[in-house]
Amino acid sequence: MASTTSSIMDTLFQRTLEDLIKGLRLQLIGESAFISKALEEIRREIKSTDPHTKSNALQKLSYLSSLHHFDMSWAAFHVVEVMSSSRFSHKKIGYHAASLSFSDSTPVLLLITNQLRKDLTNPNNEFEVSLALECLSRIATTDLCRDLTPEIFTLLSSTKIFVRKKAIALVLRVFEKYPDAVKVCFKRLVENLDSTDPHIVSAVVGVFCELTSNDPKSYLPLAPEFYRILVDSKNNWVLIKMLKIFAKLVLLEPRLSKRVVEPVCEHMRRTGAKSLMFECVRTVVSSLSEHEQAVKLAVVKIRELLLDDDPNLKYLGLNALSIVAPKHLWAVLENKEVVIKWLSDEDPNIKRESLRLVMAMVSENNVVEICRVLVNYALKSDPEFCNEILGSVLSTCSRNLYEIVNDFDWYVSLLGEMSRILHCQQGDEIENQLIDISMRVRDVRPELVRVGRDLLIDPALLSNHFLYRILSAAAWVSGEYVEFSRNPFELIEALLQPRTNLLPPSIRAIYIQSAFKVLIFCLHSYLLQRESTASSYPDTLALSELASKREMPEGSDLATFKAPSHSEQDEVFNPRVSNQSSEELSVGNGGDRTINHGQTSTPVTSENIFTYEAVVNQLNLIELALGPLTGSHDVEILERVRNLLCFIELIKGEILESLVQKEENLNSAEMKSSKIIKLMSDAFSEELGPVSVSAQERVPIPEGLVLKENLNDLEMICGDIQLPSSISFSLVSTHYEEGVGASLPDLQSKEELEPPSEATSLLAEHRKRHGLYYLTSEKNDIVANDYPPANDPKLQDDQNNDTEDLVKLTEQLLVSKKRPNQAKPRPVVVKLDGDFVPVSAKRPGPKDDSLSGAVQEVLLGNDTRTSTSRSNPSDKSSSKRKGKEKLITDPSSELNENLGDAEKLDHENPSSRRSKHRTHGKERRHKSPGKIREEREENGQKEKKKSSHRHARHKTRQRADVPLNVVSETPVIPDFLL
Amino acid sequence: MGIRFILMVNKQGQTRLAQYYEYLTLEERRALEGEIVRKCLARNEQQCSFVEHRNYKIVYRRYASLFFLVGVDNDENELAILEFIHLLVETMDCHFGNVCELDIMFHLEKAHFMLEEMVMNGCIVETSKTNILQPIQLMEKSS
Repeated sequence: MASTTSSIMDTLFQRTLEDLIKGLRLQLIGESAFISKALEEIRREIKSTDPHTKSNALQKLSYLSSLHHFDMSWAAFHVVEVMSSSRFSHKKIGYHAASLSFSDSTPVLLLITNQLRKDLTNPNNEFEVSLALECLSRIATTDLCRDLTPEIFTLLSSTKIFVRKKAIALVLRVFEKYPDAVKVCFKRLVENLDSTDPHIVSAVVGVFCELTSNDPKSYLPLAPEFYRILVDSKNNWVLIKMLKIFAKLVLLEPRLSKRVVEPVCEHMRRTGAKSLMFECVRTVVSSLSEHEQAVKLAVVKIRELLLDDDPNLKYLGLNALSIVAPKHLWAVLENKEVVIKWLSDEDPNIKRESLRLVMAMVSENNVVEICRVLVNYALKSDPEFCNEILGSVLSTCSRNLYEIVNDFDWYVSLLGEMSRILHCQQGDEIENQLIDISMRVRDVRPELVRVGRDLLIDPALLSNHFLYRILSAAAWVSGEYVEFSRNPFELIEALLQPRTNLLPPSIRAIYIQSAFKVLIFCLHSYLLQRESTASSYPDTLALSELASKREMPEGSDLATFKAPSHSEQDEVFNPRVSNQSSEELSVGNGGDRTINHGQTSTPVTSENIFTYEAVVNQLNLIELALGPLTGSHDVEILERVRNLLCFIELIKGEILESLVQKEENLNSAEMKSSKIIKLMSDAFSEELGPVSVSAQERVPIPEGLVLKENLNDLEMICGDIQLPSSISFSLVSTHYEEGVGASLPDLQSKEELEPPSEATSLLAEHRKRHGLYYLTSEKNDIVANDYPPANDPKLQDDQNNDTEDLVKLTEQLLVSKKRPNQAKPRPVVVKLDGDFVPVSAKRPGPKDDSLSGAVQEVLLGNDTRTSTSRSNPSDKSSSKRKGKEKLITDPSSELNENLGDAEKLDHENPSSRRSKHRTHGKERRHKSPGKIREEREENGQKEKKKSSHRHARHKTRQRADVPLNVVSETPVIPDFLL
Repeated sequence: MGIRFILMVNKQGQTRLAQYYEYLTLEERRALEGEIVRKCLARNEQQCSFVEHRNYKIVYRRYASLFFLVGVDNDENELAILEFIHLLVETMDCHFGNVCELDIMFHLEKAHFMLEEMVMNGCIVETSKTNILQPIQLMEKSS
């Protein structure tokens, strides 16, 4: 009783959808409360037996679900009930709700098959048919498609255009869900291509466009029909779809392109619609790019688009240009000033497109200038675009193992410069490239160390966490190639500066390890120097021996290189001694001494810095800086700190001792520590090389080793331990194929001539200001963070980085296409076999194998049927006999024969081609494995029974269809349009 | 499938109409609409109407306070979709007479009905205004 009264009340006072919307509009804050109240009402109302109340409730629910994302799956059964209502207005609500909320997993789907069938076959109300079609196009499952295929098939030839076009559009979903439907419906779908009604043609072309884009090969036989529409149609929508179809087909069948290119150009020239014109352009640049005239015309049109004020056309113009770029770079170069102009457009999408094009223009002749311009431009850009610029510079330059980079010194310093850009977030990539280059290109190591030092030494950089990865690479490089460093002590100071406590532990560990390496190098140099002084060996020899140790086994050779380089140096710094011969210099200590005195104000050369005081100072510094870290909670840091400190402890005593006996007998006292140092130095000077990606695979797995055991438990135990990234570099040493020439010492001496960079003074200044923090324990955990930003864009403003300059510059460098070759030869870049990126990932096959199979089968089925029924008896028997013979022969030889046949075909005159072709096709058909053939014939017969309708254009179809039979065997396809 | 979805969103980012041609769960729809609204509504009139999003494109156009956003496959013709949006607005204009946000809010069903006439299963099947409006006018007469 109570329930009936409430339902009557509901019916009488039910809120309509309009009330609900009005109510919602009034709620400014309590919207969710209002909606949950409304949902409560709906839950009650929807159970009502009154169809009006029920459908009204469902309508409200659909509204809330569609626009406010409330779940309505619970109402699925009510939806079915409303769908089956006899009143159209209710039914409509029900169908709408179903298409909104039903998915493949909705259980009640099984209940609606009959309802849908009833509505689809409703002879009186085409709107109900339309509702059912519309709903099916959204919710149809495999089962529904299978069960309703006969009804849909009937509707495909409905006399009511209104219904037929929707049925056509629905077929797309049916094919996708239930490929077997192709056997039934495909032929009728194709017939609709011939329809005189433009709406039907428009719908069916839309369907074929989608089908073709998924699996172009299967629809190649329909090319003649498509071509006719392309030429005849006046409807721009249809033409656009047609162009899309041909863009796909032409790629498969090059001969088709000769046919298509003319009408496409004609449309491009004639049409007033920008959309069609653009589609023509896109078709030409993407699929007809070998037709020069067409491409030229397209580029003219692209230029029109580029110069248009409408940002949409601009964007599309750039887009089309980037499709042309790989094959016709001239088109981009022709429009370069426009492209560069849009680099400063206010629309980020347009900027991105033009950046892509600028990068496409990069070649090894202009890479330096373009990168310079772009990096300057990045300084002024907003963070997002700045990173896009940097990212594309990095990826372009590193492409194919730095293919376009000739001057690695330049590139490395560019990397250093990029790291200092304020918004730079490309840390990972720069880190990888720095390490990669250091291992691959040995000539660039001195410059790398210099760049790394500049980065390490700048305390301000330590506050930018985007740079940490780069700093870790810099630290690693400085440690690994410390022999190229101008001043190793400075490196130790930089690596241990107080602000390094801002670094994450893993990177800090790399810092400490690098400091260890540098220290070993210093000590080793110190000892060598002492030895040589003691035994009155020339310093240069000892040191060059040291420097050469790693690079070249034949130290004596290097020494001879080194000597002339020193004399050069003297000429610059000390004209007084310039007339001295190099022999004198390298032999006499006195010569060196004068140089050292003359150079006190200039950067110290490696000869005079390894003094006893300096070494002891460094040892103290390290002990002080790292002492507090012995309590660190990070294993990596702890381990490395302990290593370093213990080592110092080990040798310190002896080194101090040795001072006392310095002038006397040092050999015996120092033997032990020098041995240790020598040992360590040898260990560290082991060359690290790049490792092939496939190296791991070549290592055989030892027996009894279970690699695939589940180690999840282990992960739980040591989950928070992060491995330092340096581990990945220190794997195996490999040998370079080629030694280095005389360039190495040259570079070194050149480096020594350079004046100190501003970073040194920065560090000094910092030291002055914050001297308190230096060499103290790390109790001051919070280090003042008030450094000026490392790279204030304002500072760079004086640089010529305006867009106009950009245009000018780029223009210049693009004009001078052929620049004289660089004086410096490109250094060797070590390549490994594993480095070659696989040419391209496996091309994804057609998405719907079953669908394409079904389509091909139908086209073939047609053919089988028509050819047997249409050809005259004698022809038939002869072809059959022929087929039997062929079956016996060796298939491989036949294949060759057929291939040859097909090639010949091309050269024959058209009249003979036709007849020949037919027999050719028949041979092929018989050649295909018997089982498949039987199946096909069966299908053909089945279909013959089903539809007595005979297709009018079988003749053309037959000709076109034949080769499809063998598509999988040979790529030979006849020219459909001849 | 050509067109994947059609959204109408007002300046405040509230969805006024949503039509999807592929099944997405409610959460996916909510996330998608949020992302798109953030991306497109931030753009100004001088910027182009195409936005790349995930693995497809969004072509959008603003009419007064309402944004019409259409998600399409990557190889769809952007200009044609803009024309389609314009056609949709003209059709609504024709039916409602100077269409505004409120018309669509209160006559969501009709708006859906028009869309269903124009687009079926992601393909544009009808581009004639009279043909689109014919059934809806018939229905109004009969009720």
